[in-house]
Amino acid sequence: MLSYEFMRLALAAAVLVGLTAPTVGVYLVQRRLSLIGDGLGHVALLGVAVGLATRSAPVLTALLATVAGAVVVEVLRARRSTGTDVALAIMFYGGLAGGVVVVTRAPAGTPITLDGYLFGALTTTTRADLVVFAAMAAVVLGVTIGLGRSLFTVALDEEHARASGLPVLRLNLLLAVVTAVTVTLSMRVLGLLLISGLMVLPAGCAQLVARSFRSSLVIAALIGVTVSVSGTAVSFYADTPSGGTIVLMAVAAYAVLGVARTARRTARRDRSAVGVVTGGHPAEGAPLPVRG
Amino acid sequence: MLLSVRPRRAPAAVPVACDSALTVRGGSFGHGRDAVLTGVDLTVHPGEVVAVRGPNGAGKSTLVRGVLGLCDVQAGDVRFFDVPRARFRDWHRVGYVPQRHTVAGGVPVTVRELVSSGRLSRLRTWQRFGEADRCAVDCALEGAGLAGFDRRLVAELSGGQQRRALLARALAGDPELLLLDEPTAGVDAASQRVLASTLAGLAETGAAVVVVVHELGPLAEVVTRTVTLPAVGTRC
Repeated sequence: MLSYEFMRLALAAAVLVGLTAPTVGVYLVQRRLSLIGDGLGHVALLGVAVGLATRSAPVLTALLATVAGAVVVEVLRARRSTGTDVALAIMFYGGLAGGVVVVTRAPAGTPITLDGYLFGALTTTTRADLVVFAAMAAVVLGVTIGLGRSLFTVALDEEHARASGLPVLRLNLLLAVVTAVTVTLSMRVLGLLLISGLMVLPAGCAQLVARSFRSSLVIAALIGVTVSVSGTAVSFYADTPSGGTIVLMAVAAYAVLGVARTARRTARRDRSAVGVVTGGHPAEGAPLPVRG
Repeated sequence: MLLSVRPRRAPAAVPVACDSALTVRGGSFGHGRDAVLTGVDLTVHPGEVVAVRGPNGAGKSTLVRGVLGLCDVQAGDVRFFDVPRARFRDWHRVGYVPQRHTVAGGVPVTVRELVSSGRLSRLRTWQRFGEADRCAVDCALEGAGLAGFDRRLVAELSGGQQRRALLARALAGDPELLLLDEPTAGVDAASQRVLASTLAGLAETGAAVVVVVHELGPLAEVVTRTVTLPAVGTRC
């Protein structure tokens, strides 16, 4: 597999996306905005279509469209107007519909079709693409790791962050822009319809096993890299689409961790139940029963 | 339970001693254009523990939230340490304990992580957590009666313990003005006594405390002044 240049490039892109997307996802999950990446993916499609139709770089036009979309989302959220929900739906479906219509104006012989952006076309990654991807990943990681403490504080309790004098709107806009960059970075690997999967599912896995926010971030990134690399490898040998395979790997990881956690909890409950029946005390240092 | 007066850092470079920690003149607070509370005049001096009381719906929370800019201010002048709020930048001098019973997001968070977030207002954007910051978090946990709980998940704490964790978060910033919104609601008598001692210790060091309470309970011993808001409909 590694003897093919296109696979080496594909795996490198998979590592970048696998590492980056979950670090953004953890903050989105904390803020209960898991589906925002999906909506921005719809908006990105309009950008891609404009890029294809005007023969300019689709990555750049998609980036512009997604960043604009992300800023609108944050501004609407900050204004807390009652019509926010519908306004977002209009923007997301308007973007998707616009993309589908505009792309028909693309000149014949366009190298990557809309399908490639919708479901991922990992093996079309070029060296030049990889440089752009690496720069985008560096920006995203710089924000999600470097400003982690501030982003965490805002995600945890936005109101308290505001009362502490943190620049909440600016931090939220920054996270929105970083989400937009991640969507654009991931679209070639995963496809616009599956992007949210790699942002949110590793964070969901971390939720099952992590014992702190910091470890959630690390575990999510590790799971992200693992599923995207293994998913890419499986898609090569099984001849399946990369995006779908990667997201299915993430779903499988979630299922395995979920079952493992339930089994562990049941075992623990059985142990403590035995302690009660026999009148014995749970061993010193035994984990406290989980409340709630 | 061990109670300690938290060591405070040497007085910061404040050129002139402040007469008041908080001043409100003719304040009107509410949501949008609807004023919940009008004509508020309140001055809180360093070392005072002021209780804000009143029936449900009188606007006790609105007062605290309005002062902090968390709800709309329709009129009036709010000053922190004699600086108008619009020009006030030293937010680390102000601590806030919101009226809330749970703190939980989608991702597991430890008590230490939650409490440490209260220290952030003392750090610059890219500044890392130092030894002094870690000490402040330890002291805050102890002051809220949560020593030894730092690695527990917030979501696994009881409601009363979560409220204490929110108090610890506010204490971690070493506030000189602390605003608490119903900190005793749903908290057992022992924890209320811990809270009272902590607030007394804080006031002794010269900090000002404003506490919204329905029932004073053990706080009665530490409160130096009570402000009562009239019931809705009786205001002119």
